[in-house]
Amino acid sequence: MHTLSVLVENKPGVLARVASLFSRRGFNIDSLAVGPTENPLISRMTIVVNVDDLPLEQVTKQLNKLINVIKIVELDPAASVQRELLLVKVRIDPSTRTQALETAELFRAKVVDVSTDALTIEATGTRDKLDALLRVLGPIGIREMVQSGAVAVGRGPRAISATPSVRPLDRSA
Amino acid sequence: MSSSPKPRPTPASLRPAGSSLPVTGAQSLVRSLEAVGAEVVFGIPGGAILPAYDPLYDSTAVRHVLVRHEQGAGHAAAGYAQATGRVGVCMATSGPGATNLVTPIADAHMDSVPLVAITGQVPSAAIGTDAFQEADICGITMPITKHNFLVTSAADIPRVIAEAFHIASTGRPGPVLVDLPKDVLQASTTFSWPPTLDLPGYRPVLRPHGKQVREAARLMATARRPVLYVGGGVLKARATAELRVLAEVTGIPVVTTLMARGAFPDSHRQNLGMPGMHGTVTAVTALQRSDLIVALGARFDDRVTGQLTTFAPEATIVHADIDPAEISKNRVADVPIVGDCREVIADLIVAVREEPATADITGWWAQLDGFRNRYPLGYQWPPDGSLAPQYAIERLGSIVGPDAIYVAGVGQHQMWAAQFIRYEQPYTWLNSGGLGTMGYAVPAAMGAKMGRPDTTVWAIDGDGCFQMTNQELATCAIEGIPIKVAIINNGNLGMVRQWQNLFYGERYSHTKLGTLAARRIPDFVLLAEAMGCVGLRCETREEVDATIDKAMQIDDRPVVVDFIVGEDAQVWPMVPAGTSNNDILAARDVRPDFDAGV
Repeated sequence: MHTLSVLVENKPGVLARVASLFSRRGFNIDSLAVGPTENPLISRMTIVVNVDDLPLEQVTKQLNKLINVIKIVELDPAASVQRELLLVKVRIDPSTRTQALETAELFRAKVVDVSTDALTIEATGTRDKLDALLRVLGPIGIREMVQSGAVAVGRGPRAISATPSVRPLDRSA
Repeated sequence: MSSSPKPRPTPASLRPAGSSLPVTGAQSLVRSLEAVGAEVVFGIPGGAILPAYDPLYDSTAVRHVLVRHEQGAGHAAAGYAQATGRVGVCMATSGPGATNLVTPIADAHMDSVPLVAITGQVPSAAIGTDAFQEADICGITMPITKHNFLVTSAADIPRVIAEAFHIASTGRPGPVLVDLPKDVLQASTTFSWPPTLDLPGYRPVLRPHGKQVREAARLMATARRPVLYVGGGVLKARATAELRVLAEVTGIPVVTTLMARGAFPDSHRQNLGMPGMHGTVTAVTALQRSDLIVALGARFDDRVTGQLTTFAPEATIVHADIDPAEISKNRVADVPIVGDCREVIADLIVAVREEPATADITGWWAQLDGFRNRYPLGYQWPPDGSLAPQYAIERLGSIVGPDAIYVAGVGQHQMWAAQFIRYEQPYTWLNSGGLGTMGYAVPAAMGAKMGRPDTTVWAIDGDGCFQMTNQELATCAIEGIPIKVAIINNGNLGMVRQWQNLFYGERYSHTKLGTLAARRIPDFVLLAEAMGCVGLRCETREEVDATIDKAMQIDDRPVVVDFIVGEDAQVWPMVPAGTSNNDILAARDVRPDFDAGV
């Protein structure tokens, strides 16, 4: 699994260009999240792809060819913070209510909506943590769930900047 | 190409330096085309693009050629671009006009041809409503353009046109589409030139990495069985003079791909010919047995490598290309070099000259010369007494000579034209290599002739291809574009028939066209005459030279020569699709014996 941070011009159609590139080149996107950045002209995508190193190099180079893509950086999981958001609606009855609430607390998740026979839990974390939460909630009864793609940022003081003086990731030279 | 399109002189009245003139979006478009140096536009007007055609009517700097089908406009723009090195421009209206450009745009994308396609679009307010003649042409062409633009404000027109030409012609060239809603063309705006380009994500790498170049030079000096694998990128970079120096300094054999025919003279002793599915036995085998392949602006296409896993198993790969994504895409490169081919080759020349010693490759040359002597390109006359198509094409090349431009369609005639015409100069061979677009030849020849009016331009076409786009002969006759067309008429979709003969048990399913049946339908001589051209027919070996001579004497009108040839002639050598280059057949059932008598 590789996580790419992609700075793109904030223009209509850019998401379509990126998504269609992945599909026509036969690369699978595991998740994709996109949103604004500190610079209103630039959006940032976090793309998680499940490919080997050589296809990853192709993905990166092909992405770089898109005119609206400004910069691509691969984030090392060990040197970055990666988070996903999970909203999960759990079926409860008097016998499972306490177990569900305790599980949420154990995972430092929040209960954001409650009714007599269901409660909705909000959790953020890595994929592994959210998977673990879901494994525990599963036997209680999951009615509905929705998950965001991962967003990620490098650890330490350095920032990914869009200034053109910095060369984009180029593994070939 | 390493530089932006050269600015061309425009009337001073159009260049009010610094000041802004009130204009419509359509006027801004035409002024932008004038300012960027577009001298010819191939197109067809229609509802959404109509506002642009009004100021175009008055332009003296931009000549518009009214084609008969938008596909013809696209291929003509590509032929113009390939013959001149300048950006080709085509124009169409929204919906069907724009979708008819899809094939030539895809074609230009595969062959890295600098093209700008300008399309009308329904008014902004109607976009997304399934309006009359609405098609999402930006969405449709996203995967087959280098970039495309939907212009939302008339004020953006000069910048977008400048960016489109810049993107199309720099880095790895390619097609760019500009979609202009009708209300944007009708809006009031101001025009000033030059605009400031705003392309923060577009920075082609032109200068190669010195360390990689030195490593490549070291390998070139020490390899025992090296080959220069030259692709179309060398032509795009206008690096043929440098290539010749590099080849001669190193003495390394050269193969020129289908897209690179003419990049290195065929008469040069070091030219082994074309590699690939229908390449020469020597070129294919040289790559296959090499210990070093220096790929220059080539992309290890499947038609060159054959089965990839068995391609050139002992070769170290130096791969130079301006597009980083081509490097290690198909075959992993040991020494990757990203850069413009002209700069790469110039640097390689310096670097190889600094190498202290050069390995002896006379043994390699002896081996290759042995292959050349035993397996030269050749053909047999058909036993049924019909005219050999290869002979007609060979004579055409000999009589017309290396100064002319030859433009092929796709199929058997294309391969024979690549094999049996001797190319001595760059930009004299145009064809549809990557996409394999039947119907390319006639409109591309028209575009080439527009770009180089003083050069003889011959389209070499098949009877199948010709029937896809021949209506542009009417355009040529009316607009005074005297191209010449050699139809290699075997009455069949010849290459498909060849595969049916070889791989489908001689079951000729739907490949006979009827152009040679008792009633010639159509009769190409009559068809040519009907479109204002001269039609000639040649059916025997004895008539070939005289017919070509006659065609060469006509310069006031297009000429079509209908060469009637046998239907059973085949293209050889051949590496059957999906098989290894080791299994090349020199001719039907003739497997070369590489170890005999070396």
